[in-house]
Parts: sequence; structure tokens; C-alpha cells
Amino acid sequence: MTLRLGVPSKGRLMEETFVWFAARGVLLARRGAGRDYAGAVEGAGGVDLVLLAAAEIPRELGRGRIHLGVTGSDLVEEALPDRRAAVAALAPLGFGHADLVIAVPAAWVDVETLDDLDAAAAAFRAAHGHRLRIATKYHRLVREFLRSRDIADYQLVDSQGATEGTVRNATAEAIADITTTGATLRANHLRPLEDGLVHASQATLYAARRAEWGPGETAAFAALATGLGLEGRPPPGFGGA
Amino acid sequence: MTPAAATAAARAEGERLLAGFAAAGALRVEAPVLLPAATLLDLWGEDIRARAFLTRDPVQGEMVLRPDFTVPVVEAHMAAGAEPARYCYLGEVFRAQERPSARPREFLQAGFELFARDDPAEADAEVFALFAGLLDGLGLQPVTGDIGILMAAVRGLTTTAARKAALLRHVWRPRRFRRLLDRFAGRAPAPPERAALVARLAGADPRALIAAAGPLVGLRGEDEIRDRIALLVADAGAPPIAAPEAACLYDLLGLAAPATAALAHLRGITPLMPAIAPAVDRFAARLAALARRGIDPATLPFEASHGRSTLEYYDGFVFGFHAADPALAAVASGGRYDALTAVLGGGRSIPAVGAVIRPALVAALREGRA
Repeated sequence: MTLRLGVPSKGRLMEETFVWFAARGVLLARRGAGRDYAGAVEGAGGVDLVLLAAAEIPRELGRGRIHLGVTGSDLVEEALPDRRAAVAALAPLGFGHADLVIAVPAAWVDVETLDDLDAAAAAFRAAHGHRLRIATKYHRLVREFLRSRDIADYQLVDSQGATEGTVRNATAEAIADITTTGATLRANHLRPLEDGLVHASQATLYAARRAEWGPGETAAFAALATGLGLEGRPPPGFGGA
Repeated sequence: MTPAAATAAARAEGERLLAGFAAAGALRVEAPVLLPAATLLDLWGEDIRARAFLTRDPVQGEMVLRPDFTVPVVEAHMAAGAEPARYCYLGEVFRAQERPSARPREFLQAGFELFARDDPAEADAEVFALFAGLLDGLGLQPVTGDIGILMAAVRGLTTTAARKAALLRHVWRPRRFRRLLDRFAGRAPAPPERAALVARLAGADPRALIAAAGPLVGLRGEDEIRDRIALLVADAGAPPIAAPEAACLYDLLGLAAPATAALAHLRGITPLMPAIAPAVDRFAARLAALARRGIDPATLPFEASHGRSTLEYYDGFVFGFHAADPALAAVASGGRYDALTAVLGGGRSIPAVGAVIRPALVAALREGRA
């Protein structure tokens, strides 16, 4: 059996993943014409490259259909409630940095922290008859974050894209979204809360605990781990990792 | 025991409990499994999203698999019920588990709700004694509490209305309640970022500050921002809650004793917090009513903070019955929820007290499986 390595199938995340592996002597490539999502691996034996949408990689890892996968830690944290049982984070890859933050209109000069947001939400609900809405696609992460900090009188509303525009469009009062430079937030007159960092994400190499780890996969993993400089990491299939 | 046999045993136990509720005068009612989500979401927000199974109907919008019978039973009573009324029900409820957990997603719930305007102490005692009787012999540990005493103590504090409102709002979030109280009582300093914020806001013209910060987007208006600026500045200048008064509240939060001893203690601190006197009188009346029903207040455990970490729901008497294994969910739990009926009643309200039992746990305990 071969070790299945899942990698983002397009864009900068794919390119930077290829660069990261290449710098460690493992050459990944898409095989054939552009639309073909098969891949090739040179420099590591017994490894199959599987190109997948970055957002699908957490699910594939969680079900153990790939042994290793590269994707944003935000996607894994959101998609896998039992993350620790499902995957082991083998290495942060040092790119794809993005912060999941809670942001409010910059003109809310009275709201800088979560405490302020909580108080503003109470007054908002009393004045408007509904909870203060926070638009996001990261429902689980944001809900756990806000509950762990005892914030009340808010509700999450779903936004799968152009989340920064929801406040201007009056479908939300605040947002929780990924930001890298903050430029999009500023362009939409929004500002992150000082203590509103929900998750600092970066591209990460994960191993799937529920994948089948037979002798072949384990040997291929050991060889790959040496090449990638991951020695000392216990094989993911054998508990304790 | 096979899952099918366990289910049958739970259902048989549920029917036995329902017969007990019926003998106490309750009318058996049904509720839909699929409920409109709007009411529950408005009441509990993301807490219900985390705990309930939500789904979507193309026409009716968001729906929820019944997480509890209380809301549909209260709504049915408010729409058509006579008073006083006793209802009972038996059916599956559904609870999502956000984390890997052995707790069931679907389980039977048997419940009893009492709506009565007269003599709340008697109604509280009736429900508790009914449950204690039906659960007798299972070796369960009862616990009682009274969120009404805590709320009365907060309402009686000598501090600003805004501070009292903030504390009342977070009665159900004990950590935040404690942080706020520490700050309002001067036991903890205001966070430095709050002090810096107030310093920036205090001397400035709010309109100019808001305008300089950027165009205002969204529904929260400039007036709302200015109102909160005024509150922040006023709060920064408000004196701390006087130490003796604060000490009484801290004492109350930690009060855990047999009910009779707890009552004596509360009588002792009432002169220092006169606002709790009516709530303490209600507590005393409840204990007398319990004693008349054969429950000994001298041994009944009382914890003033019991029931604060559940859903925002109860506002008076609260109780639970627990098995020895702390990993198990409460076998039974309930309490008084007068305020909830006002929210659901659209202007009308009725004092209400009720509780639920998990028949599967009762059956397992009877058979030595749990």
C-alpha cells in the first residue's frame, strides 16, 4: 500500500506547498494537463500525491482517506470537532498565515475588547429587538471562542463569502473572518477587536490517525519524515502522537 | 442488555413515571418533534445552536429537533390553558454533542409542569416532593438552590442601575459575573485597556470621535455609541460597592449548607442586605411546605449558586437529583421559570415550576447498569 498525501490543488497554497517539499528534497508535481488532479512524487518512495480543494482536506483527513494532508489550521479546527483524536499536526509550514478575528465597525469608538462587545450587544438587543449579528463561515470556532469568554446577546449569521460586506449591507453588525494584512477590513470600515483573535492559522502538515497505517505506509512515512526533517515524530498510526 | 431492550426498559420506566405524574393530577400532553427554531434561538442564541439539531424547511425556515418540552408546553398553555394547570409528557429529546462524548444524542424525557398563581412555595414543594417520591430508592443525591435570592441580592446592591443590570444579565455565566463583581466591588482594578479607553473618551466630543474613526456602517447607530460612551465614563466615576455589602454577596455566592442551616445563615445576613428579605421569606415558606410533604429541610442540601451554569431559564427555586457517578447527566432537574413565561406569553405571564427525568438513567439504575 502507498501513503496518500493530500495537497491543495491550486493557487498559492499549492505552489508554496510544492516549494516547501522541494526545499526538503521531495518534488511534488501535478501530472499531465492543468485540469488533471493527479500528482507525481519524486524523492520519496511509496507516496501518492492527491490534489484536493484545501477545504476538503480536513474531511479527508478526518475520515482517514488520506494519510497526510496540507491545509490551513483554521479549516482543520473548524471542520474536525474531535481534532486531537482525528489528526496529529506534524509541522507548521510557515506560510499561508491568516488570522481569524472578530471585527466591528471602526466607528464604534466605544468597542475595543470583547468586554465592550458583550456590553454593546446587550444594549443593541434591547434597542433593536434582536441579537447582535456576527457574520462568519467559521461557526464552530467562533461560537466556542465567544462562549468560552462568556459573551451573550449575539448570534452568528452565515456568510460564505464577501463577509466584510455584510455590515455595510446591514445583514450583520460585526464579522468574524480571516484576515492577513487587514486591508480588506479597513476598506470596509471595520477594525479587529484587541482581544478578538479567534485563531492564528497557517498551512500545516497533518497526519490522519484513522487512516490505515500498515507496514508499507509506516515505512513510507518513516522515509518521508527523514527527508522532511520530521524525525522524532512518532508514526501517527500508533497512538500517543 | 441489547439497545432495543434498553430502549424498551426506558420507555416502560417513562410510562411508570407518567402514571405517577397523572396520579398527581397532570394532563398528558404531546408536542411536535420538529419545532420552529426562531423562539428557541431568540431565547438562547448560540447556546441552543451548540446543543440542538437544527435543520431547514424550504417554507418555514429554520427548524429544530425538540431539545426540550418546556417551550412548546408553555406556549400551548399560554394559548389555551385553564388555571391552575398540571401537565406531563413523555418523548424523545435531541441534543447535539459538540465534542466527542458518550452522552446520548437522543433520549427519552419525562416531565411535569405546574402553572399556578397562588402560593409558589406550595407549588415548588409539590413538584420537588413528587419527584423525590418517584425517584425514591435509587440512591440519588438531591441538590436545591434558589436563583431568586441571588437576583434579589443583586437588585438590592447600592450601586448604579447599569452595574446591577450587567450583573443580572450574567447571573447564568458565573465566571463573567464574578469578574464584573470583583471590578464593581473594587477587588480587581479595571483592565488597563478599559482605563485607556475611558481616558480617550472622557474629554472628547463623541460625535467628533466617531466621525474621525470612519464612516459608520451597519445598524448600530451613532446615538447608541454615544449612549455607551456616556455609560463608560459614568461607570469609571462610580464608587465601588461598599465592602460590607460586597462581602455579603460573595458570602451568598458560596453558600452551601443543609437547607435549614442555609436559611438560618440567610436570616443572619438579611439585616445587612434587606433587599433579600422577601426572597428569604419565600425560601422559608418553601422549606415549611417541603416539611409538610415529608421532605426534611435539616438534611436537604442547598447551594445558592446551583443552576447558574445551565441555560438561562430558571429564576427561582432550582433542584436536581444526581447519581453517584459524576460522569452521568443529572437523573432529574427542574425549577421555577416565571420570567420565561412572560417572554413566551407576549405580555402575559404565569408563575411556573417544572422538572424532567431521564427514564433511561432511572431504568439503568434500577437494573444496576449505571
